[in-house]
Amino acid sequence: MSTQLWTYAIVGATFLLYIIIAIVSRASSTKEFYVAGGGVHPILNGMATAADWMSAASFLSMAGLIAFMGFSGAQYLMGWTGGYVLLALLLAPYLRKFGKFTVPDFIGERYYSKNARLVALICALFVSFTYVVGQMKGVGVAFARFLDVPFETGVFIGIGIVFFYAVLGGMKGITYTQVAQFCVLIFAFTVPAIFISLQMTGNPVPQLGLGSKTSEGVYIIEKLNQLSVDLGFDTYTSINSDNLTNMFFITAALMFGTAGLPHVIVRFFTVPKVKDARVSAGWALLFIAILYTTAPAVAVFARTNIINTLSNATYADVPQWFKNWENTGLLSFEDKNQDGVIQYVAAPERNELTIDRDIIVLANPEIADLPPWVIGLVVAGGLAAALSTAAGLLLVISTSISHDLLKNYLRPNISEKGELKAARISIAVAVLAAGLAGLNPPGFVAQVVALAFGLAASSFFPAIILGIFDKRTNREGAISGMVVGIVFTIAYILYFTPQLGGAGTKEGFWFGISPEGIGTLGMIFNFITALVVSRFTPPTPEPVVAMIESIRTPRGATTPVEQH
Amino acid sequence: MATDKKAYWKTNLRYLSLLLSIWFLVSFLCGIVFAESLNAFYIAGFPLGFWFAQQGSIYVFVIIIFIYVYLMNKLDKKFDVDEV
Repeated sequence: MSTQLWTYAIVGATFLLYIIIAIVSRASSTKEFYVAGGGVHPILNGMATAADWMSAASFLSMAGLIAFMGFSGAQYLMGWTGGYVLLALLLAPYLRKFGKFTVPDFIGERYYSKNARLVALICALFVSFTYVVGQMKGVGVAFARFLDVPFETGVFIGIGIVFFYAVLGGMKGITYTQVAQFCVLIFAFTVPAIFISLQMTGNPVPQLGLGSKTSEGVYIIEKLNQLSVDLGFDTYTSINSDNLTNMFFITAALMFGTAGLPHVIVRFFTVPKVKDARVSAGWALLFIAILYTTAPAVAVFARTNIINTLSNATYADVPQWFKNWENTGLLSFEDKNQDGVIQYVAAPERNELTIDRDIIVLANPEIADLPPWVIGLVVAGGLAAALSTAAGLLLVISTSISHDLLKNYLRPNISEKGELKAARISIAVAVLAAGLAGLNPPGFVAQVVALAFGLAASSFFPAIILGIFDKRTNREGAISGMVVGIVFTIAYILYFTPQLGGAGTKEGFWFGISPEGIGTLGMIFNFITALVVSRFTPPTPEPVVAMIESIRTPRGATTPVEQH
Repeated sequence: MATDKKAYWKTNLRYLSLLLSIWFLVSFLCGIVFAESLNAFYIAGFPLGFWFAQQGSIYVFVIIIFIYVYLMNKLDKKFDVDEV
């Protein structure tokens, strides 16, 4: 069977599975729609959270990014996992005990203020929407390349699928579909990695293969370091010390941002008990860690393979995959010295090979000459990653509109049925809007996603942490903190991102911190402002202090609807 | 009862500061700030700083969460605030 047929078969089979699950587990109440009825087993919730978390970027782009960044690629590895420690220790159990549906719910009640709720709501919508647009684009690209359909058709297929199971199933349908999607994506990521690890080091576990010797008896990392030096690059593991402050800030922004992202936090509202919320974050991180510890191995194997296969190869004899990717324009060879041989070196004036980092994961099975079904599997995995993240985000958007905006702001008397209907309509509108934005994505999607993390870190994270750990932080403190954090972060990012029309240049960075990492500083400003302002304004009212007391101990946790 | 709750919260905060210090140590210190010096040492085929940055810190994160779950489940029982 050809690669194309395998791809159709595997992608088709996985989609059928998702749709069946959606039909079987469709939601019938708002509680099921928003938080899956609050009855999801912690291990399953961990898998769903992992699928929700690992987007097309984690699956398709991250290993490639690391392969070309070397050591400093660690900022993504640590940044996108370390936040779960904060979630499990500082947020999830308390928010679960609080027992409502959304992050704006918490902010609104803890800070006894509709304005605080509104600020939180706007941030939640903005963060989720920018994120989901990138996912829809990823879906379109994956379909387009492998099903041989135009990009637009790819996006429409994606809209159709997500529409179907998100609108029908709500959180309940999404959660169980995500469990299936997690299995597909983790299988799809690890299988090729295991094959390649065996080929290159004889060790079937990629994480161990990364520390093993090749058949020539040299450690693979040392071999790659040597190859890199020979071609004029820095060694793979070497550390660029000028860059260290920035790396520190980016890692922190991603971690604190993770812990402040509404679509991640809401996951911990879906488990039955406080104790489950804690352990569920542990399971989620364990499942995420499988991919995140495999990715650096894939990066090293792929980089080594590329150098071995292509450096000084005669262009006429390159393997078929090279020609395939050349046709997409993501890989190119320009024979500068007209010798018919590929020179892949660090010096730009002599280098003849350009590789788009995004193709590494998709091309890896072909580069390593794996059977065609593995390629089909990788495509199905990439789609599972993109769809599961998109669905989780869309749910947060619809919950924000129907629950936070409609029920708690505009029309408090809305019936349960009316709210459920509004939730379905708003998710439908959100899918379409995201799809259309994904069709014609602004060229700065990557920059906007950085903004999403920066905003989550500089707005939600301090407000939630202080809400739980500092009784003295009051309405005035929290709101002014959030406003200072957000305004500073947005202003810095806009000013220093030329793609968004900013005038700033690299030389002007504060302490060398790039826009990706500035959320950390925004967060610190938020904390300081909130603490100081709270000390000079009236104290938190008594009933709210009692509520803080109560969320600090697990006993008596209820599921949302019982409290209504 | 009120003093009990205070003691419970205090112990919780002690666990948190200990575990978050480890979290900070393995990622920001071993993986970034001191990575260069640690790279002089090798375990298996890995330069140590590189290992912390791209592998070790992630393993430790997972372990930290499960230790916290274990400690808190015990603490909840001890102070009789666990869920039935």
